[in-house]
Amino acid sequence: MGLGTYDFALAIGGEAGQGIATPGDILARIIVRRGLHLSTYNAYQSIVRGGHIFLTMRISDAEVENHGDKLDLLMCLNQDTMDRHQRLMGPGTRIVYNSDSISPGTEDMGAELCGLPVAELTQSRNRLVQNTVGMAAVAFLMGIDFSVLEDSLTLRFQRRGQEMVDENVGVAKAGYEYAREHFKPFEQIPPDGGKPLAVWSGNEAMAMGGAAAGVKFYAAYPMSPATGVLHWMAANARNLGIMVRQVEDEIGVANMVVGAAQAGTRSLCATSGGGFALMTESIGAAAMMEIPVAFINVMRAGPSTGVPTKTEQGDLWQCLGASQGDFERIIVAPSNCLDAFNTMAEVFNLTDKYQCPAIILSDLYISEGRFSVDPDKIDMHPNIDRGELITKPSDTEGYIRYKLTDSGISPRALPGLEGYVHLAATDEHDEDSTLISDEFTNPHKRRAMVEKRARKFDNILKDIAPPLLEGPVDADVTLVGWGSTDGIINEAAAALTADGISTNRLQIKWMVPFHGEEIMDILSKAKRTIIIENNFSGQFARYMRSETGFSATGHIRKYDGEPFMPHHIVDGVKAQVNGDTDKYVPYQEITV
Amino acid sequence: MATTAINLTARDFKGKSDPDWCPGCGDFGVLNSIQRAVAELGFRPHEIMTVSGIGCSSNLPGYINTYGMHTLHGRSLPMATGVKMANHEMNVIVVGGDGDGYGIGGNHFTHTARRNTDLTYVVMNNQIYGLTTGQISPTSSIGMATKSTPFGNVEQPINPVTSAIMNGATFVARAYSGDVRHLSGIIQQAVRHKGFSIIDVFSPCVTFNLNNTHDFFKERIKKLEDEEHNISDWKTACEKAMLFGDTIYTGVFYEGERPSLEDVEPVLKTGGPLSFRELGLGKDEAHKIITGMM
Repeated sequence: MGLGTYDFALAIGGEAGQGIATPGDILARIIVRRGLHLSTYNAYQSIVRGGHIFLTMRISDAEVENHGDKLDLLMCLNQDTMDRHQRLMGPGTRIVYNSDSISPGTEDMGAELCGLPVAELTQSRNRLVQNTVGMAAVAFLMGIDFSVLEDSLTLRFQRRGQEMVDENVGVAKAGYEYAREHFKPFEQIPPDGGKPLAVWSGNEAMAMGGAAAGVKFYAAYPMSPATGVLHWMAANARNLGIMVRQVEDEIGVANMVVGAAQAGTRSLCATSGGGFALMTESIGAAAMMEIPVAFINVMRAGPSTGVPTKTEQGDLWQCLGASQGDFERIIVAPSNCLDAFNTMAEVFNLTDKYQCPAIILSDLYISEGRFSVDPDKIDMHPNIDRGELITKPSDTEGYIRYKLTDSGISPRALPGLEGYVHLAATDEHDEDSTLISDEFTNPHKRRAMVEKRARKFDNILKDIAPPLLEGPVDADVTLVGWGSTDGIINEAAAALTADGISTNRLQIKWMVPFHGEEIMDILSKAKRTIIIENNFSGQFARYMRSETGFSATGHIRKYDGEPFMPHHIVDGVKAQVNGDTDKYVPYQEITV
Repeated sequence: MATTAINLTARDFKGKSDPDWCPGCGDFGVLNSIQRAVAELGFRPHEIMTVSGIGCSSNLPGYINTYGMHTLHGRSLPMATGVKMANHEMNVIVVGGDGDGYGIGGNHFTHTARRNTDLTYVVMNNQIYGLTTGQISPTSSIGMATKSTPFGNVEQPINPVTSAIMNGATFVARAYSGDVRHLSGIIQQAVRHKGFSIIDVFSPCVTFNLNNTHDFFKERIKKLEDEEHNISDWKTACEKAMLFGDTIYTGVFYEGERPSLEDVEPVLKTGGPLSFRELGLGKDEAHKIITGMM
């Protein structure tokens, strides 16, 4: 069930190389300019040509943070799409397809079939023309005026010349008119949301958030699903004065950002689990040398190469244990796109203040999903606080880089300044950087330095917001999730409550440091707690148990590579309330 | 950035700690040569960053009075590249051993040379793993018996000089740590050179490598500058660098001109070092980004 008065979902399917992105993008722009919200999820494979791409776009007049439970309209760019998904399309739905090359199958569940004789309509041999014809038919069926589509096509193609614009508008007109003559449009037309919205992906949001937070050095090695951060940074680097480097491997990436951070720039990199594995030694180095630096890990289905184009929440323990030794690092899993944006400035302020590494744990679902956003909610000028950073030279001597203090934080000087010459070492060192690792190991100094670094983490909890319980305090069911499942669980909780199972929820964002006491305050009063995770083994459940001793009543876990849909959680909760199981694994209906 | 008003000496670059190297270690000569070179070039300690990896020789940043980073095994070059990119007005000297630079860090060695980043890389090559008490390194000779090769090394060693030239380094030299005057002069040239400069220094391990000793080198070394050698001729440079028998050449093998990474990086054209710039976005920049999303 949706949260608004208009809730419509369409899907476009075809093979890689058929140009699904273009109609998807044009439709998205039409929707957000109308002031409507959207959430898109693109299911794809690690292939440049071929395979099956399936783009789901959900549109509503209320905020939507997931791709929903149902499809109203399916646009097939190839026979495979028809064969795979026709069975999902029941009465009241529409299937749009090129009738020259695609035939409906036998699994007719009652959808209205909207075949388009593309060759007859267009007289064109350009195979991408079917996308424009199809998109025009979709626009008609949805109740979007042709002039709106015409404007969008003009905007999209004008850079490629008037001829391109004319061709696309011409075939769109033919498709739109054909649809008007032959098909019945949906009864409900999209309302006008008023204020135009913007559209972004989680990767773009994190890159923008980094730029707004003052990142001046970004390095990367391309890896799905994190490459979008690199692409945004590369496209905007020159205008924004950000240096972007593509490096030989993730080891080089991580060490470059640590070096740049030590020299004084806010530095960032992004990768996925495999690349992150190569970066881990540098995270320990940053912790030992007390260098503020941030790493984004966009999780995909593992282990190893795994399913590179699919989502999972499987890297929590990898991040908890990244790098040898016993030390802390900040780990944060943003709840949605806007939260991912805001988290960047917050993380950089924390790493600067506490002089430690931080990991932003995203996943394919929010990083590559595209979501609408109210542009006024994007604060491009967040507060920037660099903590105890010395930026001016001094003529006094005796600077001690790792001075033992009550807070554990020692004022950090930018290298290059006169009066602050110092060494940063990955060997254990004394407060004045003298190595105590080789010639004379000193147990008392070693203990003092371990405690100094650990002490910094005593205070970070005070600087970050604890998770809040949403919904009635005395609910029958409490859903606990972390990271990107926020919007999905939110909708499931509302649906469950509407179905008579009173449900509240707790979404946890900060993994380290962890609000153990606050969380226990809430969960100890909960009647039935169910933890929801996009993984097999319950990584978060185990982590929370290790931090708090708390064991949940039940679990809902999904590890087939596809994200949760709200009804997966609704079904899972109902099964547990009925006493059928205490670990529910939903069945993925849409196979791509 | 060199300041000539204050004349410092090598002693002013002495670090807080004394080296923990074995008596007779070749690395003493390298440390002395670097201290002498930067003093003679007129630098002051805060104008230099010394970056190392891990290994006996990588302890050097603790023994020199400059900004320093003593980083991870094999990672000195990307670390130093990050430093240089963030503050390109700093003079960054990278030091380490043969295992650190040519073994575990080999990938970075290749790509740093290709990028021609303005770094001065001094490799203390002792043809052995010393800190781990004596195993072969990527530069150990065939036949060399060590704890990891008790029956003799069977693997062909890497040639750092030809590798560096082939990968695009623009200043490639070799030296012997027992000749401080010569090495110090080459380090000065390397620091002055704009682009990636590497000096492969024979720096004997007196404890674990009993083949490639001080005497071994003294008997064989010939200086390129004592005979006719055209440093812009990379082919001849490679031929001479391949010799490792009765004659082993030291000196500058090759120097070429090619824009360094900082020179071709548009973000560094104006505005000074990145690390000292204002953070945050301008109003117009921010507006442009947001409208691009609508």
